[in-house]
Amino acid sequence: MARPKIARKSTLVDMTAMCDVAFLILTFFILTTKPKPSEAVPIQTPKSVETKFVSDKDLVMISLNNEGHVYLSVGDNASDRAKKKAMLEDINTRNNLGLTPAEITTLTKQSFIGVPISQLKQQANLQPEQINSKVLPGIPAQDTTNNQMVEWVRAAVNAYQGSTMHLVLKGDNVAKYPVFKNILTAFKKNDQFKFEMVTSQSNVPAGTDLYKKNMSGKAG
Amino acid sequence: MAEMDTSGGGGHKKGPGVKKGKKLSTRVDLTPMVDLGFLLITFFLFTTTISQSTALHLALPDDKVKPEDQNKIKQSGALTILLGKDNNVFYYEGELSPDGSNFKASNFKDIRDVIIRKKQQADTNLVVVIKPNDESTYKNFVDILDEMRIDLVARYAVVDISPVEDKYVRLTEGESVPEPATTGAK
Repeated sequence: MARPKIARKSTLVDMTAMCDVAFLILTFFILTTKPKPSEAVPIQTPKSVETKFVSDKDLVMISLNNEGHVYLSVGDNASDRAKKKAMLEDINTRNNLGLTPAEITTLTKQSFIGVPISQLKQQANLQPEQINSKVLPGIPAQDTTNNQMVEWVRAAVNAYQGSTMHLVLKGDNVAKYPVFKNILTAFKKNDQFKFEMVTSQSNVPAGTDLYKKNMSGKAG
Repeated sequence: MAEMDTSGGGGHKKGPGVKKGKKLSTRVDLTPMVDLGFLLITFFLFTTTISQSTALHLALPDDKVKPEDQNKIKQSGALTILLGKDNNVFYYEGELSPDGSNFKASNFKDIRDVIIRKKQQADTNLVVVIKPNDESTYKNFVDILDEMRIDLVARYAVVDISPVEDKYVRLTEGESVPEPATTGAK
């Protein structure tokens, strides 16, 4: 009986093309991850089940590190920096600091402000690598009598008038409550009753009310 | 020199004593490289999305509201949670009785059961009042707010701790009671 001969084809696939595609996609992702600035103020944020993300524009961020030091920064884009400049000019005129335009520009470019108002001139003269929590003492907010955060939040409110402002607080896990309370007081004094706190993501624990709501939300 | 077996290799060329080994195939199997490539891709895929931090919203009560108005909440639905140092959590329901008999201790795991029980009991009247003392940390505060979100508590408020409550917290934690200071920051 003549059996129909099945032509045997090779089962080896040429992987070259797939390899090219893989590396193309890889390069795309490597280039699109924004390089995170090395943590000038290292902060470990607490976890939360919140699902909304921190916006990265129209953002005024107040960082509270583990030692209770307070630092102020704005979003990393042109419009926020322009508003930061306006804030600095505001503080300059109100407190008669005598900052030169060059110093204000330097301060605007630096990643955050971390000195009492009286020492802003010194911060303008620091090198970029000195802008971190080891060198800078932080904006005074430790006791209620000398809470300079009130000044800064007021300047921010003025600078952002007419546009949205996301007041964001990034606090460390072990920062103690009193400094946090003083920051909240600074917000309240400037009629800022809504703000956001930065947290790391965590999953909703199974079996809880929120978990059930999410499940029924997905199924419904 | 060791003799190499040249049988089955490339076509026999002319000439005796071909010392070079058989002609080796130059085809490389790229499958493992592709595997590695995709591994790295998935790595970058996950790290870009996860590095975005989430923002927990908090609306503060208007400070200008007089304290008397705050007490309009029904006492039967009120649960007060006090935060102390070392992740200590205390709570009491309704009003703090003068002898402190309803002042109870808890921790971050069990407080969820307490809240759920109170929620079933009070239903829509549930109001949770959070009072952190000066020794609690930011993490404690955020964890409690997170708990509000997990347990779907509709109404909660953050209030300054009163000296009496602070005294109870410190006594229970084993600290000596500090001298009654001039009125704390309000």
